[in-house]
Amino acid sequence: MNDPHLLTLTVNDTEHEVVVEPRRTLADVVRHDLRLTGTHVGCEHGVCGACTVLLDGAPVRACLVFAVQAEGADVRTVESLDHDGALSDLQQAFSDHHGLQCGFCTPGFLMLAEGVLGEQPDASREDLREALSANLCRCTGYQTIVDAVHATACSRREARA
Amino acid sequence: MTATEPSTAGPRFDGRRGRWVGASVPRHEDPRLLTGRGRFVDDIALPGMLHAGFVRSTVAHGHLTRVDLTAVRAVPGVVAAYDAADLALGDVVALLDRPAEEFTPTAMPVLARGKVRFVGEPVAIVIARDPYAVEDGIEAAVVEIDALDAVVDEETALRASATVHDEAPDNVLLDVSMFDTPGVDAAFADAALTVEVTTRSGRQNALPLETRGAVASWDARDDQLLVQTCSQVPHQVRTLVARCLDVPERTVRVTVPDMGGGFGQKCVVGREEIAVAAVARRLHRPVKWIEDRREALTAGFLAREQRYRTRAAFDADGRITALDVDVVCDMGAYSCYPFTAGIEPLMASAELPSVYRVPAYRVRGRALTSNKAPTAPYRGVSRPQYVVAIERVMERAARELGLDPVEIRRRNVVTEFPYTGVNAVTYDPGTYRESLDLAEATIRDEGWYDVRDAGDRHVGIGYCCFSERTGYGSEAFAKRRMTVVPGFDLSEIRMDTTGAVVVTSGTMNHGQSHETTFAQIVADRLGIDPGRVKLRQGDTERIAYGWGTFASRSVTIGGSAVALAAERLGERLRHIAAHLLDTRPENVDLDGDGGVVVLDDPARRLSYEDIADVAYLRSHLLPKDVEPALTATASFDVPGDGTFSNATHAVVVEADPGTGAIRILRYVCVEDCGVVIHPQVVDGQCRGGIAQGIAGALFEEVTYDAHGEPSAASFIDYLVPTATEIPHVSITHLETPCAFTENGAKGAGEGGTIGAPAAVLNAVNDALRHTGVELDTTPIHPRTVLDALEGP
Repeated sequence: MNDPHLLTLTVNDTEHEVVVEPRRTLADVVRHDLRLTGTHVGCEHGVCGACTVLLDGAPVRACLVFAVQAEGADVRTVESLDHDGALSDLQQAFSDHHGLQCGFCTPGFLMLAEGVLGEQPDASREDLREALSANLCRCTGYQTIVDAVHATACSRREARA
Repeated sequence: MTATEPSTAGPRFDGRRGRWVGASVPRHEDPRLLTGRGRFVDDIALPGMLHAGFVRSTVAHGHLTRVDLTAVRAVPGVVAAYDAADLALGDVVALLDRPAEEFTPTAMPVLARGKVRFVGEPVAIVIARDPYAVEDGIEAAVVEIDALDAVVDEETALRASATVHDEAPDNVLLDVSMFDTPGVDAAFADAALTVEVTTRSGRQNALPLETRGAVASWDARDDQLLVQTCSQVPHQVRTLVARCLDVPERTVRVTVPDMGGGFGQKCVVGREEIAVAAVARRLHRPVKWIEDRREALTAGFLAREQRYRTRAAFDADGRITALDVDVVCDMGAYSCYPFTAGIEPLMASAELPSVYRVPAYRVRGRALTSNKAPTAPYRGVSRPQYVVAIERVMERAARELGLDPVEIRRRNVVTEFPYTGVNAVTYDPGTYRESLDLAEATIRDEGWYDVRDAGDRHVGIGYCCFSERTGYGSEAFAKRRMTVVPGFDLSEIRMDTTGAVVVTSGTMNHGQSHETTFAQIVADRLGIDPGRVKLRQGDTERIAYGWGTFASRSVTIGGSAVALAAERLGERLRHIAAHLLDTRPENVDLDGDGGVVVLDDPARRLSYEDIADVAYLRSHLLPKDVEPALTATASFDVPGDGTFSNATHAVVVEADPGTGAIRILRYVCVEDCGVVIHPQVVDGQCRGGIAQGIAGALFEEVTYDAHGEPSAASFIDYLVPTATEIPHVSITHLETPCAFTENGAKGAGEGGTIGAPAAVLNAVNDALRHTGVELDTTPIHPRTVLDALEGP
């Protein structure tokens, strides 16, 4: 049952071949095999959301997904957001609004927010607050995270209009 | 003193030359943390690295009769497994310099030896090639325990039917009657009103989202152990690792990468860090240990479980005439290093009169040991609890006397500064009364009293007025009589040949934005852009000694040390420049733009690059009395009793008659942390602290059953509030600059957590005012609220 599998994973548009035990989580493969350590692990039981990544555009807990389940999917992590070091609009909004302190939960919130903004581009501030309640932050009290995501939603709506 | 809204983030205090202090400049930490380029302990991977995990006790209290790791060592992937006898490490011992009748020293072994004292206590360490094999190995361990009765609360502890530590047969680790000033009994005899309130707070987890962890590696070339760990106190980790391993401290280097929060849980030294260090040294292989969430919830340092019985005497006008308090803190199975099990009752005893003029004071504080996970001083330490005690007393007295709750506070609050209290502590100037008035005016002007008094909903308004000692210098800590006395902080500053600056601090950022705020302080002192300043912390090789980050001490003490070091570097730059410009040192000054200018001939100027070029690369041009290099060092310590931040929180809540849930309708914080270095960061500290205080008031608790089994082993059982439970918080800053820190700052890290529980509890009681029920315990469960609303 623990026999290793050869796996092809597409992460941030790059294909990787990895050999993993079937029980190895997507979070561990991304972090420790691919060395994309921006994705963090906070609880390993799917509650805190620090490990949130996008799987075919939808936010998922990478600690609850086995790596073998992600084969053939498009996996996106926090490392995909900036462009050669230039922050994305969402990342910049987090900085502008002080939506991060220690930064440990931040990649999970960024990926959750990207997923939510993709799925619900017209979400209201209260919709966003509700959606962001999926993840835990211990530093900020959430207000500035909601501010940052709401500001991004508004600016993207304006850009669309 | 001026009131300003946080959004008006312009410079407003000149830190001697201020351009940057007071401005919300972009955080230096943000780009790496936003792009996944931060480096936390679990992000570190070293060649040949092994992984560690712990076999932990499943029994709260008992004699270890057998630890057999034979099967563990046979598990595929397992490299080694050790118990206490195998590692033979020294114990963790934290002491107070107090007589035997006041303090009982106890020891915490790195791995359990002879006895286990709580569910989760580490019994053995398993080393394997990956974390999955570690888990397989842990499952194969055979541990037999002869169970004893568990001590799980004040009653079972004081009954002493079971004894956690043989050295403390009554389960009391500290029993200090710190004050019994003249007139207490007379005041009660003459009192127009006596109230007695028993307040309790549940056991909480500080809950940094990054769990604890460490990577230890042995460098055979340097003859040195490198411990990369997430600690608020790297130097104390070094000291204790060296002592437990019985090696020279030189052979241990502790570094701290990015940290995912700490909140006090990481300001004590963990036994797991020591075990991992010992194993890396023994195996000559890098070893990583990352605590999982179950361990963090059950075996990490917990906090807060305290009980206060507070009697207070009042005259007919509502002025307090005496306080008589009994404080009991359940510290769990062991005394933490370096603070000891005494920290909570001693702080509560020393500071309980809070912001009020109390003429006579008696207090007894006890620290009990129990078969629960040990505790560490969590954000606010005992202040959230003693503030609840005194604030509930004020509310009860107001109700009995028919006074408005804000009015009774006004009659008692300290208004003349400096004020030396009955507790022999001198309080520096603050805005106790002003913050109270402003918070009340805000609530009144917004119409919340009308909402409450409309009567169709269960709406309540609550206040909490408090202060927080922040700059505990060595004098203030020495009063506590620890044998390890924190207080000072050191800084070294270096300018390189390009005029860029590296500055060190013994403090330890773990979310507080030190890289930004310390750079602002240095930038103002040297007249350079903060982007030219790089802060180095968390490396015991770079800093001779330091006390890390706790008790809101970083900007007050560490920030003062970096300011002084920068000031001295500035003097050096002036001195060299005057020589090179062929004028007197008094005739030059820093120009605020990265150079030194001649005062009576401003056209003549040298940039820092010009000066650095001489200081390093053409040192033959230096004045004869100046050594090469542009460096300076400084230390800073806060004199006397330290400095006090203060605030008033005002909360409006609504109780749901259907579910008993409490919803927060409005949260106002009026705070004074002295000079605000970075308004956005201070707001963030306030809001984050308030969120944790609300968590303690309404949601989070680790309970134990009669056998000492903890209730919360996952986030399913431990209710951490989310974005939908934490309200919008508006913050107003009052600024009373501290007279004896270098930058006028007083510290802002903990205040939010201190004020929120009492403010929320008072508001809930106000919402229940028609029921006849008064609640004095946190967290407030919906069932309790529902019972009150439904009546008998």
